Amino acid sequence: MTTLDTSAPATGKEAARAKFAGYFVGLSRWKIGEVLFWLALVGAYFVPDMNIILLGHILIWGLFAMSLDLLLGYRGIPSLGHAGFFGIGAYAAGFLGKYGWTEPISGLLFAMAIAGAVGLVTGRFVQRVHGVALLMVTLSLNLILYDAVHRATDVTGGDDGLQGIVIDPVLGLFRFDIFGKTAYWYALIVTFLLFLVARALVKSPFGLSLLGARENTRRMIMLGAPIERDVSFVFAISAALAGAAGALLTQTTQFVAPSALSFDRSADVLVILIIGGTARLYGAFIGAIIFLFMRDWLAALSPVYWYFWIGLLLVIVVSFFRRGVLPTLETLLQRLRAR
Amino acid sequence: MTSIATVLFNGVAYGMLLFIMSVGLSVTLGMMNFVNLAQASFSMFGGYIVVLVVQRLGLPFLVSLPIAFIIVGLFSIVIERLVFRHFYGTDDLTQVLLTIGLVFMSISTASYFFGGTYQRIDMPAWLSGQRDIFGLTLERYRIFIVVSGAILSLVLILGLERTKLGGMVRACVDNPRAANGCGLNTQMIFAVTFAIGGGLAGLGGALSANLLGIDPNFPLRYLVYLLIIVSVGGMGTIGGTLIAAVTLGVADVAGKYYFPSFGGFVIYAITIAVMLWRPRGLLGRTA
Repeated sequence: MTTLDTSAPATGKEAARAKFAGYFVGLSRWKIGEVLFWLALVGAYFVPDMNIILLGHILIWGLFAMSLDLLLGYRGIPSLGHAGFFGIGAYAAGFLGKYGWTEPISGLLFAMAIAGAVGLVTGRFVQRVHGVALLMVTLSLNLILYDAVHRATDVTGGDDGLQGIVIDPVLGLFRFDIFGKTAYWYALIVTFLLFLVARALVKSPFGLSLLGARENTRRMIMLGAPIERDVSFVFAISAALAGAAGALLTQTTQFVAPSALSFDRSADVLVILIIGGTARLYGAFIGAIIFLFMRDWLAALSPVYWYFWIGLLLVIVVSFFRRGVLPTLETLLQRLRAR
Repeated sequence: MTSIATVLFNGVAYGMLLFIMSVGLSVTLGMMNFVNLAQASFSMFGGYIVVLVVQRLGLPFLVSLPIAFIIVGLFSIVIERLVFRHFYGTDDLTQVLLTIGLVFMSISTASYFFGGTYQRIDMPAWLSGQRDIFGLTLERYRIFIVVSGAILSLVLILGLERTKLGGMVRACVDNPRAANGCGLNTQMIFAVTFAIGGGLAGLGGALSANLLGIDPNFPLRYLVYLLIIVSVGGMGTIGGTLIAAVTLGVADVAGKYYFPSFGGFVIYAITIAVMLWRPRGLLGRTA
């Protein structure tokens, strides 16, 4: 899927360019499964007795996991501190709402810009380290941020969270209600638009060069790819998308607490992405659906011990479906079709 | 002046505990490049064994320490043979996720059997209270920890430098393939090292049960510290791990005593600086 066919003889520059363009057009063509997936998310709203609030959370977690997928799945950079960016977005949106800027869409864009700028800076100096050192640096950055927010009680409210956030109706028409109806549509539309951005990005030449650098960094350097600039850029995009997920959480709940950027959240989002499958974009959403429905169900079943089952799920996934649920399903389907 | 010395002493005692818990992790990371976050759970297991032996069976505290070492050591070798050995050679992230899954399971298991509260341990009279040394009033238990930690470090360093097993372990850390080619049974050596490391983690947990408190969230509270010590000290180096553990212990105690509003900032900032400066740790060799 990701290999370029360069064996055919190219007749002139124009033909070669047309062939490349054709390749990317083919790559980005929508498949029937993708259309059905988004229609299912629209349809889920109309299912009777559906837990709309949970669905909204699934979208936010899915968007958050998708932002990590750009970094980890497509570029191969693991981060143990991705909740930092989520939290920056969440608090940026929260402060705006608290101090008078109550319009949601511009607030979301502002939160994305802040998180993206922090991601750009982080990416610039994190890209020098690899492996365990990288995990430690991202983890430490996350912990510093959490500590700072947790302790600055006069600015952030500490453990009690940021109170008194006001968010205007979306477009001046749709007020956020306690049933999570507006929240669901708002989250669905924002998530879908940002998904389109991410999809266009990974199906572009830039996305291919990310995959190339993931597979063989040294070779990409020799081909002349601007590795360092690409890493900073993908870090910024990933951080901005994580920030958007955080801002969505703040705006739909009109509340933000330090748990938005806790290490637990960083671990959970990794778990979601690994369960669903990396380098798929959809893996993030599938993982969020499985993880959140399971958590909801298990927490109701055994309120104290449900983390045991999450742990077991994690062990089973990395033992038997190391590539995640979605890629495993894809392989099964292909095998069935080949018969 | 006396307060500085007391803080320093308490920090060293804390650092010794962290060293005993993390040294096994450091060696296994250096040897097989295996990130075992469940090391923190082994420590919690050791702590609960002390609770069982001392509080329920009524045996002396000193007897409970070797019991914790042996049981956790045997337990870790079982886990290594059953689960971990299938994950050697996979990437760091897979190992982190696998072992953090095990940590989650251990936390729930502990709260199932022991409840979510801190466990009380009655210390023998000769280990409780305080004692004056060189004009300082120090807690007897901390003196005990510093002395036994120092002896243990010496035994470990000498054992690694002077014994046959130590030589084989060093060979495996340096180059597992070459060691294998020379006829060493690397699988066997690794399993034995893993058991000793796991046993030491259990012992560390047993010793910290009284000072740090044992409850189901113990692994999550100390996991990050163990990781920081191992990566800052340099994987597979006992000396580096000792330096990092004692430094972190002193920095943490002093930071909380003198700058309570900063919290963990100092430690995390140092970690980032060291990782950017020397990604393989202070004493880690540059590849």
